[in-house]
Amino acid sequence: MENNLEQAFQAKIDREEKIEPKDWMPEAYRKTLIRQISQHAHSEIVGMLPEGNWITRAPSLRRKVALMAKVQDEAGHGLYLYSACETLGINRDTLYEQLHDGTAKYSSIFNYPTLTWADIGAIGWLVDGAAIMNQVPLCRCSYGPYARAMVRVCKEESFHQRQGFEILLTLSKGSDEQKNMLQDAVNRWWWPSVMMFGPSDKDSPHTARSMNWKIKRFTNDELRQKFVDVCYEQAKVLNVKLPDEDIKWNEERGHYDFGAIDWDEFWQVVKGNGPCNKQRVAARKKAWDDGAWVREAALAHSNKRSERLKNKKVA
Amino acid sequence: MDNNWPLWEVFIRSKSGLHHKHVGSLHAVDAEMAIQNARDVYTRRSEGVSIWVVASSNITASNPENGEALFDPANDKVYRHPTFYNLPDELKHI
Ligand SMILES: [Fe+2]
Ligand SMILES: [Fe+2]
Repeated sequence: MENNLEQAFQAKIDREEKIEPKDWMPEAYRKTLIRQISQHAHSEIVGMLPEGNWITRAPSLRRKVALMAKVQDEAGHGLYLYSACETLGINRDTLYEQLHDGTAKYSSIFNYPTLTWADIGAIGWLVDGAAIMNQVPLCRCSYGPYARAMVRVCKEESFHQRQGFEILLTLSKGSDEQKNMLQDAVNRWWWPSVMMFGPSDKDSPHTARSMNWKIKRFTNDELRQKFVDVCYEQAKVLNVKLPDEDIKWNEERGHYDFGAIDWDEFWQVVKGNGPCNKQRVAARKKAWDDGAWVREAALAHSNKRSERLKNKKVA
Repeated sequence: MDNNWPLWEVFIRSKSGLHHKHVGSLHAVDAEMAIQNARDVYTRRSEGVSIWVVASSNITASNPENGEALFDPANDKVYRHPTFYNLPDELKHI
């Protein structure tokens, strides 16, 4: 019986039909999706913190409204994704708990600090750029609610990357000090962005299964390569150097070769030892705890109101 | 105590003349708050001119396992489609 269901499920996926919340699905498919979607949602939410750090210090009103709109979008992305995740039968508070107690992960990139204004530009260009690379194929993910959420997210992302690039472009035409600031930000954000695509294919044992289920359409290394190829050309417009001595065009492959990734650093940050891991989770928990009375009061207020309404009807 | 705010399904009419379409869900204590949150979450770029919210618990959905029983009978009623009827090509405006 289970076998038949599983075959029918896979056949449906092979026909490019979407799986919807009430459809039968293997437990492993459900679990994989909960892990991936919640991790994605948490990344959007925690991702607001490094950028929020610069809202009050944005150099002009134009930059400030744009950054606020971007950060608000990221909150929205988190909410689309949490609601997609909940269709798999897990509730919102449980998801938050998993973020707060460290059971669930979020993208390691957000554990790096935003030291200068140029970092905001670099995040838009590289971090949102890498996210877009990752998210576009997810619009065709086999799980309907996730795919639909990603369509909305992708529509909004391109403004994020463009506003970041514009910040950097302005700096690239500025004083020496501004140019140095730009190069310094790119130096610090480049490698963590390259790592955003996750462990290399030979170290991600679940890739094949996720590809089979059409949750993933490209492997981590394939996406990473695309990202490097695109960024190399874009860096020329900014007149910056990517901090990689080994990056060069490979005629035969039709791609840029690039230097070795420091996987030690990657795993250290994943395990919680990045520059800002503690600070990020602490800020997130504080916001949650400080808001507890608001959530309780709103619920109490609404309960009281519906109680009153009921009594009125009885009388 | 369960502090989860109830779940609401959100439907948006993207412009007048079109149906409301399901766009996702969100949490809110009551319908009023659900509308406000829906505005912030789902219409930040004028994606809508009207919002409906429905408590998710009030939605009854058909069961995908009954899909065949519910929808297959329509398959053999081809005579419900205009192409079922054989008419000469010279016949116009029909
Ligand atoms: Fe986002
Ligand atoms: Fe973004």
